[in-house]
Amino acid sequence: MKKEFKVIADLLSNNTRVLDVGCGDGSLMSLLVEEKNIEVRGLELNQDNVQKCIHKGLPVIQGNAESELHQFPNQSFDYVVLSQTLQAFYDPDKVLKELLRIGKSVIISIPNFGFWKVRVKLLLFGKMPVTKTLPNTWYNTPNLHMCTIKDLFIFCDEKNIKIKKVVGVNENKTSLIKRSNLEIKNLFSKLGIFLIG
Amino acid sequence: MNKKFDNIKKLYVSKPLKLDCGKTISNFPLAYETYGKLNSDKDNAILVFHALTGDQFVTGTNPITNKEGWWVTAVGPNKALDTDKYFVICANVIGGCMGSFGPRDINPVTNHPYGLDFPVITIRDMVRAQESLLDHLGIKKLLCATGGSMGGMQLLQFCTTFPNKTFSAVPIACSTSHSAQNIALNELARQAIMADPVWDNGKYFEKNIQPKNGLAVARMVGHISYLSEKGMQEKFGRKLQEKADYEFSFNADFQVESYLRHQGYAFVERFDANSILYITRAMDYFDISKQFDGGLIDAFKNQKTKFLVISFSSDWLYTTKENKDIVIALNASGADVSFSEIKTEKGHDSFLVNEPDFLKTLKSFIDSMYEKIKK
Repeated sequence: MKKEFKVIADLLSNNTRVLDVGCGDGSLMSLLVEEKNIEVRGLELNQDNVQKCIHKGLPVIQGNAESELHQFPNQSFDYVVLSQTLQAFYDPDKVLKELLRIGKSVIISIPNFGFWKVRVKLLLFGKMPVTKTLPNTWYNTPNLHMCTIKDLFIFCDEKNIKIKKVVGVNENKTSLIKRSNLEIKNLFSKLGIFLIG
Repeated sequence: MNKKFDNIKKLYVSKPLKLDCGKTISNFPLAYETYGKLNSDKDNAILVFHALTGDQFVTGTNPITNKEGWWVTAVGPNKALDTDKYFVICANVIGGCMGSFGPRDINPVTNHPYGLDFPVITIRDMVRAQESLLDHLGIKKLLCATGGSMGGMQLLQFCTTFPNKTFSAVPIACSTSHSAQNIALNELARQAIMADPVWDNGKYFEKNIQPKNGLAVARMVGHISYLSEKGMQEKFGRKLQEKADYEFSFNADFQVESYLRHQGYAFVERFDANSILYITRAMDYFDISKQFDGGLIDAFKNQKTKFLVISFSSDWLYTTKENKDIVIALNASGADVSFSEIKTEKGHDSFLVNEPDFLKTLKSFIDSMYEKIKK
């Protein structure tokens, strides 16, 4: 199981209602149902993934998060989870607003463009970085709006969004990210997981 | 009534049923068929609602028409509705012509077939009539209920009229109310029948004849609406029917004309013109939101049933948008709902033909629901 999902599961309380936006094949939803008795719903664009979720008995709605979040009522979920997709939207600002409208809290994970290997690749080789977390090249990447953990901190501040907890993930190690250690964690975390709202 | 209807399963519903039009019917026949076996826990039953021209014979050979059942692609051993595992039930709707109470039955007051004296029925009347069948079969709660097109409309009505009577539900290619376009197409079908002089205000049956020409045209309208533009182009294009060049006549030069004529005239052998009038009317009157003060959200409140809504990308009769509106209403009511749009060029007909993605999704869902019950 992905470390990221374990971290997300730990951030969520038992017996809550969670919407997983871009739920993929339902791995995270399965985990939440089995270990935390959470009532889950998924939103997923890809037909194969939708079928996989249905096969597992997980409720999933086929649709596009960019244009179809309006169907969920205000504050209808305790948490809305968005795993490594924010940077792929045309309008991440608008999507985030929708997530905060639907969920009492929102969990967002981002591949961190501030990770030292990413910085080194661009600095030393002068090429767009290709790493395990960012496996695509510049012309075929779905990531339109890459950002760093620090960027998302600044963004939340500007939009007056409350940051409740941030966890940095590097391989199997996780650590709490605070404003006091932001610079160093922004350098050594592959992934940032934000609990906001 | 025709003798061949004597040997099919029928329940005489004794409980009076007050119809939406105000009239009450009682002791009326409801023809049905079952497939597979009900298990000892009585928790493996699936109720199928049929579409406009369907009937209770979903799979195997229809004993009246000697043709294959209408949903043979989905119902049978190891299929989506696996009859080795599940007990599948389907009833002919009232207003129909496959043994259930319909305009062909004899009116005891006049001793003639009802014809247009048959009461105008609604989708809710159809569904209320079928509930008695579950009591009769000793089923308290269904594992699943499903249906496409008008079958899906009956299913949505069933879920709102009898909440939580089924553990899960799969409405397919349908909507919560009939659109203007769908009413218009139904009106075209009805006008075709009524324009046939043989129809004679619905009294043709007494003379033992059918308004074949009108009924065939009505069916042709339907068949056009069941296909997609692209699907039709791919299937027929401008291909000619067993000839090298145009005949310069009004015979069926094109394959698509020949197809429509064949479908139209095959249909008159198995269906009743008055039934088409009554059933299409029921579809037109269908609007769930009208039955509840708070509209659709109110209609689906407190639903424990787990829904899977399925639409087909090329269906222009019951579009993905209309199906998504069902999902939005269910979501707004907090119901457990899944949705999948199957990408296909086969149009509205997709649920009746071999569409692997659709059948796989349907099977996965029903099997996973059964696992949940058995956990």
